[in-house]
Amino acid sequence: MNGVGSTEPYMSEVPASPAPYGMRVRLLALADDELVIGWRDSEWTGIAPVLEEDVAFSSIAQNEIGHARAVYELLADDADALAFDRPLEEYRCAPLVELRLLDWAHTIARRWLYEEADRIRIEALRRDADPAVAGLAAKIDREEAYHRMHAELWHERLREEPRFRDAVEELWPYALGVLPPAQRAALAERVGLAEVPAVERGGHTGELAELWEEMTSVRRSAPAGAQW
Amino acid sequence: MIWEVFRQERHGRPFEHAGSVVAPDADFAETWAREQYGRRGESAALWIVPRDAIRDVEDWADEFDLKYRRVDGYSIKARLKEARERRRLDGAVHE
Amino acid sequence: MAAVEVPQDEQAFLDYVQDGGQVEATDRIPDEYRAKLVKFIEMHANSELMGVLPEREWILRAPTLQRKLALTAKVQDEVGHAQLIYRVVEDLGKPREQCLADLVSGKSKFHNVFHYPTRSWGDVGVIAWLVDAAAIVSQKALLKCSYAPYARIMKKICWEESFHILHGRDVILAMVTGTPAQFELVQEALDRWWAPLMQFHGNPIRRDEDPMWRWRIKSQGNEEARQQFLEGYVPQIWELGLTVPDPKLRRRDDGVWEYTEPDWDELRSVVTGHGPMTDERLAFRSRFIEQERWVRDVVLAA
Repeated sequence: MNGVGSTEPYMSEVPASPAPYGMRVRLLALADDELVIGWRDSEWTGIAPVLEEDVAFSSIAQNEIGHARAVYELLADDADALAFDRPLEEYRCAPLVELRLLDWAHTIARRWLYEEADRIRIEALRRDADPAVAGLAAKIDREEAYHRMHAELWHERLREEPRFRDAVEELWPYALGVLPPAQRAALAERVGLAEVPAVERGGHTGELAELWEEMTSVRRSAPAGAQW
Repeated sequence: MIWEVFRQERHGRPFEHAGSVVAPDADFAETWAREQYGRRGESAALWIVPRDAIRDVEDWADEFDLKYRRVDGYSIKARLKEARERRRLDGAVHE
Repeated sequence: MAAVEVPQDEQAFLDYVQDGGQVEATDRIPDEYRAKLVKFIEMHANSELMGVLPEREWILRAPTLQRKLALTAKVQDEVGHAQLIYRVVEDLGKPREQCLADLVSGKSKFHNVFHYPTRSWGDVGVIAWLVDAAAIVSQKALLKCSYAPYARIMKKICWEESFHILHGRDVILAMVTGTPAQFELVQEALDRWWAPLMQFHGNPIRRDEDPMWRWRIKSQGNEEARQQFLEGYVPQIWELGLTVPDPKLRRRDDGVWEYTEPDWDELRSVVTGHGPMTDERLAFRSRFIEQERWVRDVVLAA
């Protein structure tokens, strides 16, 4: 198992799943998206605008990390190694989730857009021929139903609020980039916005580098394989 | 608005008052109460009620002796003892 | 059977609570009792909320997915506790916005331990294991609080805290059985946290001179709480091969723990807003309260 500081690409770490390469990339993208948005959402712990919401929001963040873990476990024996021990350029997350958005309008706009995009993605995975993938997608979907309720609740309340509308408009190109081109029209229709050029996956924002530094700082302080 | 939350720990058990959340409407109240009173699987069900909908009742008239309609109004030991004694004495005849 | 009548005369009220009597939010209570109650309960709520800040940083740095989930859940509980406790204060007549304003202005207080910095993952373990343990000792004594709404939420709080201590212990055990460097992280954190822990339960005023005891808001004196903490946790610390930075710490034959007198001046100074992290943390909290005020205005307007 590759440990800290390895320069080998992630594929060589993925022996467990017999799934074809294309599926592994899709799943890794899903897992990385969930890991990073979960990490971003957990930044709100203790500082959300309303205490009751703080508690609810934290559950969403935990669920996302849980989804990431479940998908990593499909792809590798050591989910933690896959989550934390890759070099930056091997993460497959979309720029949308990388953005540091420590204001509520942007955070909720992202939540709403991300859940809409994710719904389309998960729906496709639920129809996958591999029962392990389809089964996991179904479980994720059942939990995401509550996230969608929550996002819709906030969307309803804030839709007339200029801060929120501006944030949605700003993040829209990023949201499109969460999905492959073939699925973007569906997202545009759901959300009621015209399709625009997307901010594509493939590059990473400087914000991911900062996040990765902090996320892995404790883990890197001990030799690979140290128990925590 | 304040919403009172009643929770049922397991199906079949009574709903008990658990606490309250401050929320603008029933949907927010539900989302927030779900988390505050159910995220550890500690509740089988919740009832969420606006505080204003609850009528508080705390006083009863207690002027006269109402023991005739309560269990503590009855002490049957002495009479039961007497009845058993009587049967025991008569028993020589009936058995 | 007559409904319980809460006495209106202050002396009779005192006798009533000292006899184990409880009061509800709808009962009329003496002004002094109300004032002491609000101050005590508000400090508890503030502490839960401020306690989130030191731990929050480490959620972001958790070295495994499991630890990230567990620490997020633990801190979530603390925010939840703040919500439960502020609700009690609100029902006693003080609005939440006022409580938060008083917190960031320094007018109201929070417990000493949350004024100190965290420096490593070792702190995460020590806080979850020992700081939470010290808090639980106090919280168990509040289960019998004369103010029933507060006593009732303490039940939920104590139930949720039980996993915190296990989580803390698990984090510590992983490190003390890990590399020597990890063991050192724990020992170093313990060395820094010991003094605040010893101050946590407050200076040993005599029970009958403590208004919290007289009004039966607390059912335990400060020294009693500290002894309970030492009795429960020093043996656990020692059995892991960790040392406590107090050469005088020992258990007498009669079961009483002896220790170096804590620095009560330090406690007073910290709790009145002069802790190493007080200003920074209050500023951080204030920043987000202000920044997101518009959300509360839009959302909480029913």
